[in-house]
Amino acid sequence: MSTAPDTPDTRAIAPAALSGTHKTSGLGLRPARILLYVLLVFFCLYYLLPLYVMVVNSLKPLGEITAGGMMALPKDWTLAPWGSAWSSAQVGVEATGLRPYFLNSIIMVVPAVACSTLVGALNGYVLTKWTFKGATILFGLLLFGCFIPFQMVLIPMARMLGLMGLAGSVPGLIFVHFVYGIGFSTLYFRNYYAAFPTELVKAAQIDGAGFFRIFWRILLPSSGPIAVVCVIWQFTNIWNDFLFGASFSDFDSQPMTVALNNLVQSSTGVKEYNVHFAGAIMAALPTLLVYIVAGRYFVRGLMAGSVKG
Amino acid sequence: MASSLATLQVGELEMSYLDTAPARGSVADRLRDALPKLVLSPTVAIVAVFVYGFIAFTLYLSFTDSRILPSFGWVGWQNYENLFRIRAWDTAVSNLVIFGVLYIAVCCALGLLLAILLDQRIRAEGFIRTVYLYPMALSFIVTGVAWKWFLDPGIGLQAVVQGWGWTGFEFNWIKDRNMAIYTIVIAAVWQTSGFVMAMFLAGLRGIDSEMLKAAQIDGASTFALYRRIVIPQLRPAFMSAFVVLAHMAIKSYDLVIALTGGGPGTATELPATFMYSYTFTRNQMGIGAASAVIMLMTIAAIIVPYLWSELREKKA
Repeated sequence: MSTAPDTPDTRAIAPAALSGTHKTSGLGLRPARILLYVLLVFFCLYYLLPLYVMVVNSLKPLGEITAGGMMALPKDWTLAPWGSAWSSAQVGVEATGLRPYFLNSIIMVVPAVACSTLVGALNGYVLTKWTFKGATILFGLLLFGCFIPFQMVLIPMARMLGLMGLAGSVPGLIFVHFVYGIGFSTLYFRNYYAAFPTELVKAAQIDGAGFFRIFWRILLPSSGPIAVVCVIWQFTNIWNDFLFGASFSDFDSQPMTVALNNLVQSSTGVKEYNVHFAGAIMAALPTLLVYIVAGRYFVRGLMAGSVKG
Repeated sequence: MASSLATLQVGELEMSYLDTAPARGSVADRLRDALPKLVLSPTVAIVAVFVYGFIAFTLYLSFTDSRILPSFGWVGWQNYENLFRIRAWDTAVSNLVIFGVLYIAVCCALGLLLAILLDQRIRAEGFIRTVYLYPMALSFIVTGVAWKWFLDPGIGLQAVVQGWGWTGFEFNWIKDRNMAIYTIVIAAVWQTSGFVMAMFLAGLRGIDSEMLKAAQIDGASTFALYRRIVIPQLRPAFMSAFVVLAHMAIKSYDLVIALTGGGPGTATELPATFMYSYTFTRNQMGIGAASAVIMLMTIAAIIVPYLWSELREKKA
């Protein structure tokens, strides 16, 4: 906790002046103020509606949904759709539920996030504290790689994974996500380290500290905030990926997003909407948790980044 | 998920050219001097092969007679000529225009509105911001599943409203060839508008409050204040939002697959779904590669000038 003067208040002066309400003490709400809150609540409902639909319908028997009760609370609360989605629903050809695919996603995400973040940190360090001629161009080329449509690399990557013996496997997906995750992690760390006092690095160098020592002892300990941002970013991107998962996995190495899509699109038998909704929440839960627990830091980092520009 | 150019905008970059100790010629010293570049070299190699090498490979394939597998018979511009004769591609491109324009316009308008609303020194701002932003954390597949069933006339909105008594209520866009593309806009806007809100909110918080106070003392109305002073100052935020949204629109794939599967028929085909189906299910790899090249060119036309100006500013 810092003891700095209350920044939120000082920066809120302008908006307060704009709305013309210098003090909003309890009762004296003006009509404009009421309208403002009505709008804010309306948009809250808009964003929460699909989540409500998913949660409520994952807890009721199928019959209640098909009878036109999608918006109603369950009459007969049940966890059966969750059980089915997790361990017995038909996904593709097998009735395994989503459990094995959930595990695939976890096995895929953890190493891919860890490796790309670490490499990004090192790259950012080199690109800001040990720059060389052409570093900016190199960084530009790296950045462009973040934005290319991945359709452009699907065909050669499929071949490459085959050559490497990683086709249709979880390690193959880890590799792909690592490769295309480096760009963003480098971007984050480079921007963060650019604001880090170079004098400190220079002083350490004069004291005889080497390249890695400076990184471990001086930069890394103060990289907490950006590491959080980078990990959240990579985690959500990789967990939520569908294109690479659909292109480079076999039946037994599919990530969660691909399995969920298969569950929902499978045309055999009755459409079990309640099971689909339960599965969708399962696929959403890890990223939602990360967002709710650590999202504050992410938004703060995001905002700090764009305010400076 | 959205990609963030917001973080790209870091000003006041102090480029530091650290003088490495004067080379004394020993192997150890030289190794030490080369260490930073050595550390960077795996990344350089990866980017060279997996980004630029692969782009070159796909570009080359787009001029070959590749079908189910890559093959190297040169056919010149044949694939491109064929591509523009295929009706599905035509549909995909016009869908992208409709989708892209609406998606960007609605996201920006809604994002700006929400940012201005949130910036009025309200209660529970943190909570409301979290609610507006959380869809960004979801996979497009999850968003697609939720909206697919919510918009389904048989069980979703239409059935529910009819059940409430308005028996004449109809909302079957998702099954309607002419309207299905708009359901993609609805779901995509729901997912990303909160993110755009965050970008604009950051921009609003960066505006000089002295200037606003001065204008208000001069008697400017709230509306004039926004129109004349606030919104013009949000230009950088608009630029970032445009670039992020445009490149997401062009890359849109997951959402279409989950929401409509490209249907009904080919009514919601986009270039990304076209590329995938021609390359991997219709065994027309040459044409698929050509469509990917066109996607890349479109994105490059938006991204390259943006990156160029961003990186130049930093140097200056």
